[in-house]
Amino acid sequence: MQVEVRVFATLRRYLPGLGIGEAKIVEVAPGTTFGELSDLLRLPSEEVKVCIRNSLHAEMQDLIEDGDRIAFFPPVAGG
Amino acid sequence: MARKILRINMNELKATYKDIPEKWARWGGRGLTSAIVSDEVDPTCHPLGPNNKLVIAPGWVSGTPAAPSSGRTSFGAKSPLTGTIKESNSGGLSSQKIAKLGLAAIIIEGSPKDGKWYTLHISKDGVKFEDASELLGKGMEEVDKICWEKYPNKPAVIGIGPVGEMKLTNAGISINDPENNPGRYAGRGGLGAVMASRGIKVIVVDDKGGPGVEIANMELFKKGRKKLTSAIMAHDLTKQDGALNLYGTDVLMNIINEAGGLPSRNFSAGQFEGAAKISGEMIAEMVETRHAGKAGHACHPGCIIQCSNIYPDKDGSIIASPIEYETAFALGSNCGIDDLDYVAKMTKECNDLGLDTIEMGNTIAIAMEGGLLEFGDKVGALKLFDEIKNKTPLGRILGQGVEATAKAFGVHRVPTVKGQSMPAYEPRAIKGIGFTYATTTMGADHTAGYTIAPEIAGVGGKVDPLTDKGKAELSLTFQAATAFIDSSGYCLFIAFPILDIAEGWAGMAETVAGVMGMDITGDDVIAMGKEILKKERLFNEAAGFTNADDRLPEFMRYEKLPPHNVTWDTPDEEIDKVYAWVHETAD
Repeated sequence: MQVEVRVFATLRRYLPGLGIGEAKIVEVAPGTTFGELSDLLRLPSEEVKVCIRNSLHAEMQDLIEDGDRIAFFPPVAGG
Repeated sequence: MARKILRINMNELKATYKDIPEKWARWGGRGLTSAIVSDEVDPTCHPLGPNNKLVIAPGWVSGTPAAPSSGRTSFGAKSPLTGTIKESNSGGLSSQKIAKLGLAAIIIEGSPKDGKWYTLHISKDGVKFEDASELLGKGMEEVDKICWEKYPNKPAVIGIGPVGEMKLTNAGISINDPENNPGRYAGRGGLGAVMASRGIKVIVVDDKGGPGVEIANMELFKKGRKKLTSAIMAHDLTKQDGALNLYGTDVLMNIINEAGGLPSRNFSAGQFEGAAKISGEMIAEMVETRHAGKAGHACHPGCIIQCSNIYPDKDGSIIASPIEYETAFALGSNCGIDDLDYVAKMTKECNDLGLDTIEMGNTIAIAMEGGLLEFGDKVGALKLFDEIKNKTPLGRILGQGVEATAKAFGVHRVPTVKGQSMPAYEPRAIKGIGFTYATTTMGADHTAGYTIAPEIAGVGGKVDPLTDKGKAELSLTFQAATAFIDSSGYCLFIAFPILDIAEGWAGMAETVAGVMGMDITGDDVIAMGKEILKKERLFNEAAGFTNADDRLPEFMRYEKLPPHNVTWDTPDEEIDKVYAWVHETAD
């Protein structure tokens, strides 16, 4: 199955070549978790703080579903 | 040697210095401005009339040797925008310089009998009242430049632009940054108009030869400073090369957009298709590819987070400093504008004319909804600033902010609480911040109780943004902690590391205890914050505010916000829990 993945802020350096906000289309097997997807993309686990799927926060152990829009973030805040 | 209160009487053009009285001696920053306004300003007065006062106070630790990120100044008064008490808080050069002159606060009252405008020059030798005629009508860029040419020692320049001179309710107070740019603002609440009502265009502060800040217990101060500094430097968010340092506050643009909470096109959607183009990552890319400007800029000396930026144009010249997340949302997504260069050009106009960027961006969005121009019309939006510059009737309406503009254009979707428009988080999609907007003593204000940290960023805990369960308590805790930090002189962003690192929290309290000689620890922070909130709440009640004013706008109750398709459906009784304690403990 296919998902769209976006990475932001300091995580962008691990998927070079993508524009800001540009999605990478990734093929994943059913049963893949967010943590496994993050590992597949070689995002350092200690740097991934927040993942959001289809506008909702997700946990690393949650299962990915076909067609998900997924975003990974390092610690960000401000205002 | 006790800290002094400098009282400036503009009726008599007279300045007096007195030891801080016992009743205010514990306080600094916001705690002090709110105590003074509560004690000395009639809550029913007209904010632009003779009975309002402008109070300026550095925080507890401002001006001390190397307390990290501690250059925040509090400006207090009754707000002409909200009608409530107001504390508007800014970086820039002013806080440390006022503190180093031995001053706990400056109270400005009265108006010149001759109707003239004045520059106040404050130094160790006292206060000089100088004719400000030559500065009238000038924007803050030129005013800052003239002041640094005219006065020695690179002073702090606290001033108002033409919008302040017109006494419009979206007039901010500008404070120059270390490069003498006018980008730091006590922006919210129209306090520039209060300064204008006192007949003052500029306050110049020169701390050379001042007595400095007395530290009651240097050992404790140093111990706390070490813990706090370590926490800031260790936390992934605030460390050097962390997200705040590299991308500034606008690093929030993409995460809030992904979470469906980014206000877009006058709060009609929670996502904006052009978010990435106006994000902090794009600011950093512009700085890199245009070989000009700066990311990781310090808004005041001694900041170790350095989240400000200087935004360059295509030709390498500088457009404006800084582009904050709030600025990029208000002048960007909320107007349907996805061009960072235009956001920067409008920011420059705001900084020069003396406008709060949040209120101004939201005002343009209202004008767009009202049919004055189309959403996304960046050229038309930029041209609107000429109306303000030229003091046209339309410009004067726009300079009054969102509510006045909504009335002028027949718009009923008005995203305000107590007259102040909402910042960059949609309360329908992020419920906790809705509790803060509704109940804070300041009108809709995100900094007053930043529940975004646990609701979106997973900082200081992790809670579901879409539920209102537990949010009354969460908002109150954040509001109280914020009131304390706003009193300290520390930047509110130290909250992120110290919420996660307990040593840092303790260290912050120890630095305050060390400077002030107070017997407090981290355990006292919330209680002291609540003392401040209570004073502010009681002022507002005396000004006529009730629980019925602690409400979000009606359209948010019936209009579903995409992508979550949620309304603001929290019962009023739940909101009223936030401040129920004020009267429970009154006796």
